[in-house]
Amino acid sequence: MSKLGDLGARLHRGEVGYDFVGNRKIWYGVSILITITAIVGLAVRGLSMGIEFQGGAVFTTGKTSVSVSQAETYAEEASGHDAIVQELGNDSLRIQISGVDTAKSDEIKQELAKDLKVDADSINADLVGPSWGDQIANKAWQGLAIFLVLVVIYLAIAFEWRMAIAAFVALIHDITITIGIYALVGFEVTPGTVIGLLTILGYSLYDTVVVFDSLKEQTKDITKQNRWTYAEIANRSINSTLVRSINTTVVALLPVAGLLFIGGGVLGAGMLNDISLSLFVGLAAGAYSSIFIATPLVADLKEREPQLKALKKRVLAKRAQAEHDSEPAADGSYDDDEPADATPAVVGPRAQSGSRSRGRGGKRR
Amino acid sequence: MAAPKKGRSASAQSKPGRALALILIALVALTGGMFASGHTTPRLGIDLAGGTSITLTAINEPGQPNAINKTNMDTAVEIMNRRVNGLGVSEAEVQTQGNENIIVNIPKGTDSEEARDQVGTTAKLYFRPVLQSQVGSGATENPTASPSTSPSGSGSPSPSSSDGKDEATEPGAGDSASPSSSATSQGRALTDALKADPTPSGSGSASAKASDDASPSATPSADAATQAIQAKFAALDCNDPKQRAEAGKGKTTDVVVACGQDNGSWSKFVLGPVGVDGTEVEKAQALLDTQSGTGWQVVMDFDSKGADKFADITGQLATQTSPQNEFAIVLDDEVVSHPYVQAAVTGGKAEISGSFTQEEAQNLANMLSYGALPLTFKESSVTTVSPALGGEQLQAGLIAGAIGLALVVIYLVVYYRGLSLIAIASLLVSAVLTYVIMALLGPTINFALNLPAVCGAIVAIGITADSFIVYFERVRDEIREGRTLRPAVERAWPRARRTILVSDFVSFLSAAVLFIVTVGKVQGFAFTLGLTTVLDVVVVFFFTKPLLTLLARTKFFGNGHSWSGLDPKRLGARPPLRRTRRPVVPADPKEA
Repeated sequence: MSKLGDLGARLHRGEVGYDFVGNRKIWYGVSILITITAIVGLAVRGLSMGIEFQGGAVFTTGKTSVSVSQAETYAEEASGHDAIVQELGNDSLRIQISGVDTAKSDEIKQELAKDLKVDADSINADLVGPSWGDQIANKAWQGLAIFLVLVVIYLAIAFEWRMAIAAFVALIHDITITIGIYALVGFEVTPGTVIGLLTILGYSLYDTVVVFDSLKEQTKDITKQNRWTYAEIANRSINSTLVRSINTTVVALLPVAGLLFIGGGVLGAGMLNDISLSLFVGLAAGAYSSIFIATPLVADLKEREPQLKALKKRVLAKRAQAEHDSEPAADGSYDDDEPADATPAVVGPRAQSGSRSRGRGGKRR
Repeated sequence: MAAPKKGRSASAQSKPGRALALILIALVALTGGMFASGHTTPRLGIDLAGGTSITLTAINEPGQPNAINKTNMDTAVEIMNRRVNGLGVSEAEVQTQGNENIIVNIPKGTDSEEARDQVGTTAKLYFRPVLQSQVGSGATENPTASPSTSPSGSGSPSPSSSDGKDEATEPGAGDSASPSSSATSQGRALTDALKADPTPSGSGSASAKASDDASPSATPSADAATQAIQAKFAALDCNDPKQRAEAGKGKTTDVVVACGQDNGSWSKFVLGPVGVDGTEVEKAQALLDTQSGTGWQVVMDFDSKGADKFADITGQLATQTSPQNEFAIVLDDEVVSHPYVQAAVTGGKAEISGSFTQEEAQNLANMLSYGALPLTFKESSVTTVSPALGGEQLQAGLIAGAIGLALVVIYLVVYYRGLSLIAIASLLVSAVLTYVIMALLGPTINFALNLPAVCGAIVAIGITADSFIVYFERVRDEIREGRTLRPAVERAWPRARRTILVSDFVSFLSAAVLFIVTVGKVQGFAFTLGLTTVLDVVVVFFFTKPLLTLLARTKFFGNGHSWSGLDPKRLGARPPLRRTRRPVVPADPKEA
């Protein structure tokens, strides 16, 4: 822990850090690659839609000694349709039969109870019409659209439109990655997945908002100095909130992992598992995107503004001058520096940290 | 909030005790309220408690583009409610969800198959001639001697009647026209009516005719059938919801018995074969007749087929005497109205008048114009959960939650050491508040904890812990910049507060949108998420922050004990602390 704590301190002082913004092209590339993979995967493999989207029935039985393959035969005989049978943790079976209409289910249930030698009452039946999943999905898209509009408006007011756009892009990116992973791995898409996906919205933005908050604070009076460019300060914001981002993501992932591995492990496939799986994937993607995509994107957008363009020119000119005058400083190393001069909010340690970090400038990665 | 000593008594933050007391009082009050209300556990949804949940989705019928609207959905819910309650299920609930769904939840222990039959099928509306009727429930009511046609004459309980059902085999109650005839003779009267002989019999009362000349004309088979009907009629007790639901079933060409409600009490009827189908009503309207002063009436328009049939049936009925001049409007096998016919109604337009209130007239018009259910529904999903499996799922969910919580606690302890105590205490307060509020919301807004909601609560552990992390990291940043703990706690708060509020708002927004837009299981999840997000803000503001302010005064935290999680040395604070005070002022306006 002391090492981690130490890392936090060094990140805070800007002694260590990764040039997220400087290397943004790499990460944009990575993200574009992931997105393309996701789209290709989606196009080629498609999503494996759960029974909820095709119509069918899922029966969960109580304890039974009948084997999976036997149960499959029974289920196909009873229904006349294809059946997928999975064994759950506690000797119970999950029998999924597609194409069964909700009216026929009771018959099948009774039949199965006889074949599997279990009490009909101990069989759970989940029957869905073919359009139920579509309806949920439609509602989900509708919800997604409404949420995106509202959140972009909100972020544009609370922060500014560039940040809203960046957050929007990051969010789309998260959803794309999550869907892509579902397509590639072949996880089943159920209403639970849709729920999870929608929840990612809030979560992914949570992380992004934390970073943006720090960015907004640190760049408040950016034009009144000429030592750091916007991109450099943005990078510093990411680094100084990195510990927070990691911690919040880890802490968010832990309960979800508990749900996924323990809750799901006990019950096998089911609602719990579906929600937690998409949450898990989405949370991880959300943490990535808020650091590697959203903030660099803001920096990119911001540096198109005339006054920030001018600032960049000034900073670079000053640096060239300094280089000319004294020892050369490696390009990009400033990114890790504390942008003390730019931010009255952290004005306190300015003099001291400024001089310190400058002294150590050469050692930095 | 500059100098800690001054600030302690001056600023709001220096009264942490108040906020803490406030939340503790709220906690105690809510918990007390929970115990007082007797609902100490959250109501469980069907998927956890066991039972059957049926989701019905309204289908857009061609030619009725705007049929799916709130009024129609409400009418449908009303009708379905009547149906499931006909099963004698007290806890069954029927509610709309979203714009086009109706969820019917039937708790465990009910015949779910029967329930599905009841709910899933489209309701039927028929016009059937009334062959015989008896006001009052029949079986438990005393058949009064008076053959009065007024409903008021019946319904008084008989002290002498020992067994209502047996008693009822002696007919003649209420406005039944055959007070003295035996069961068989009444049956014959029925047969006559069944034949629907267009020629008026001339007899003043059906019973008289029945006892005199009906029996020879009845075929033996018809006799048996009518006897069966008569026995059924006699045995029917409309006060029993189960019998009520059973009654009225039968083919459209059969004679059936049915129940109906009249002025609050139940009547029973023997009804002839269906004369006009409800689908043959084109539209019905409730109108206030201002000219004749008859008050509210219902005006029906039939389609051409319906108009012919209706003309026929009313032509026949008009010649009969009460109650055989009545036709019953039967909805879902229950008589909703039984107007009598004065004259044959031709031309496809009919008026039903009577002492309707506006509401009654409109209800009847609604039922008529929609052919029973105002909409066509199909089963979108049916979930049956045995209580055993539901319990297992809840258990798994709780175990997962406990493990998730434990993992978070371990992580917090390892990373934040002493500070984690505050986080854990806050998490506990959050958990208790969530539980209590969920328990209280059960009886108040019918909130039911379903599996996705459990999931949402577990996920919320992460959200809640996030806020602490944001704040703690802020405090640590301040310490790194050389502040002592007390000013660090105060200075970190405004910024952490803003971050927490902004990000929680985003979370809440997503939960709210989800809740409003989505249907079914998703809603429970969204609700829980929204609730916990709000509670997170409450807990951070009224518990975590004041607690940290208080603890900052202790030696252990204040002096930065190495296990406090706030050890300046470990955090890498810089030694010269003094210089940091001065610039506090310019930073303040920004935080506000």
